[in-house]
Amino acid sequence: MPESGELLSRLMIEAINLSKRYGSKLAVDDMTFTVAPGKVTGFLGPNGAGKSTTMRLLLGLDAPTNGRALINGRPYVDLERPLAEVGVLLEARAVHTGRSARNHLLAIAATAGISTRRVDEVIDLVGLSHVAKKRVGSFSLGMGQRLGIASALLANPKVLILDEPINGLDPDGIKWIRNLLRSLAAEGKTVFLSSHLMSEMALTADHVIVVGQGRLLRDEPMSTLISQESKAVVNVRTPQVDKLVELLRSSGVKTKTVVGTSFVAEGMISDEIGTMASNAGITLYELATQTASLEEAYMAITQDVREFSSSAETMKEKA
Amino acid sequence: MTTTLISETQLNETVKNVTLARVIHSEWIKFRSLRSSIWLTSASLVGLIVIALIVAYNTRHLGANIQANDADPSGPLQGYYLAMYLMGALGVIFVSGEYGTGMIRSTLTAVPKRIPVLWAKLLIMGSACLLMMSIACVVAFTGAQALISHYRHGYSLSSTANLRIVFGTALFLTLLALLGSALGWIIRSTAGALVTYFALVVALPLILTLFGHIGRTLAEYSPIFAGGSFITSIPESPSLHPWTGFIVLIVWVIVAIAIALWRLSRSDA
Repeated sequence: MPESGELLSRLMIEAINLSKRYGSKLAVDDMTFTVAPGKVTGFLGPNGAGKSTTMRLLLGLDAPTNGRALINGRPYVDLERPLAEVGVLLEARAVHTGRSARNHLLAIAATAGISTRRVDEVIDLVGLSHVAKKRVGSFSLGMGQRLGIASALLANPKVLILDEPINGLDPDGIKWIRNLLRSLAAEGKTVFLSSHLMSEMALTADHVIVVGQGRLLRDEPMSTLISQESKAVVNVRTPQVDKLVELLRSSGVKTKTVVGTSFVAEGMISDEIGTMASNAGITLYELATQTASLEEAYMAITQDVREFSSSAETMKEKA
Repeated sequence: MTTTLISETQLNETVKNVTLARVIHSEWIKFRSLRSSIWLTSASLVGLIVIALIVAYNTRHLGANIQANDADPSGPLQGYYLAMYLMGALGVIFVSGEYGTGMIRSTLTAVPKRIPVLWAKLLIMGSACLLMMSIACVVAFTGAQALISHYRHGYSLSSTANLRIVFGTALFLTLLALLGSALGWIIRSTAGALVTYFALVVALPLILTLFGHIGRTLAEYSPIFAGGSFITSIPESPSLHPWTGFIVLIVWVIVAIAIALWRLSRSDA
């Protein structure tokens, strides 16, 4: 980021050649990315892709094997007022189940000298007032997520790091959190949330970072990702199916569901297929770009790593 | 609650730096809001007092069937055999409970420097134990002697030796709670840390005594035998001198805390 300079880097999350090895497994493999303020950035990848590990590295909970993680220009451990800089929601409810929600928040708030009044304010904000004095162990997953959000918002931080915040929320809760994150981003905050659900991400995130097998696969605006991935799947109809299929395959394009006069071509946009057919003197009846569903786009991106890793899937989910 | 106004997330107060004092305040809220802390402390308190009264009643008449160490000033405080398990468990659980539930990640993101959390936990738990166990031991001792004095001549708290025994027992139990807490930091899992605590406190000296004179001598340096010599009126022959025993127990606690500090600052959370 040569041009962004000091000022911008104070308001964002940076991973610089970040790697983390657990024993023989490289959980995070040389990741470099920046999460900018003023928008919602999604951190997307299949389970075990290294999302949670990356977030733990960003928060100094785990030490990187290599590289650096910076929050607002500094390592997390060096922050004097961490709650005011970063709001954190960690996966699997990082809360003692034997304590009430209110006492949990009071204990966290005390480290930053935040008042009881503010604690009650955030409890109200996330809609937990009626259960604030109940033990967290009795909470549903959705209530646990709301408590996590309350904790993240305690000190009105500039940056939010949320691991799977949508997990376990009912449709109302999902809508609520989506609106909340959007309004926080609109205030100029840096919002970074992970998910393994593309469909959910597409509705919430402006920018997306896709990871698989610990590696960064994509880092681009959500709209770019969607349009790019949908472009490459084309429905083709031609009387000279065999000839065109052979031609496309020789150019590395995948063809499938060849039935009668039609087939589906993957890996080349419709413009190029049209030109290629025309140059070869092949008649085209139809050339239609499939608007791939987001889920398909996501699957396409992570396919290689998923195929490669499917056998190791069970050992990967360690946390 | 489908819309959130921007103003609702605004904060109208100053967020302050993380300091040891604030972390101590936080740990105090945690300590008093856990049922395990309250139950284990109360059970120790009640146990010490009830056992003192039972011992006092059984030794109200001195006779050939009464062992000398039961009739000693330290006799009624033998409830420490129960309390040392409960206090050790309190120390373990106050730390391992955070690892077991994942709370530790919330704690360490709020206090990224980590080490203040360990000190704050030791301080809060140690102070609470010392206060409650001092009350328990004073009540147990004076209650037992009040009961005994109906039948025979009892002991007074005003002698230096008896003061050492009464407050020494409270201190002994507090040090064991700190040892348990250090083991919690080192081992992290509740089951593992409890097993290690019992192995160190109960099994180690017993096993050592199986190995003849040398084993017996070494056993005197185990946490319980060393600490025990500090809180017994008439230490039996191979026991350490009371103050030597006290120092040996403190060394155990310091070493455990040093390992805990090293583990906390070096390992992934």
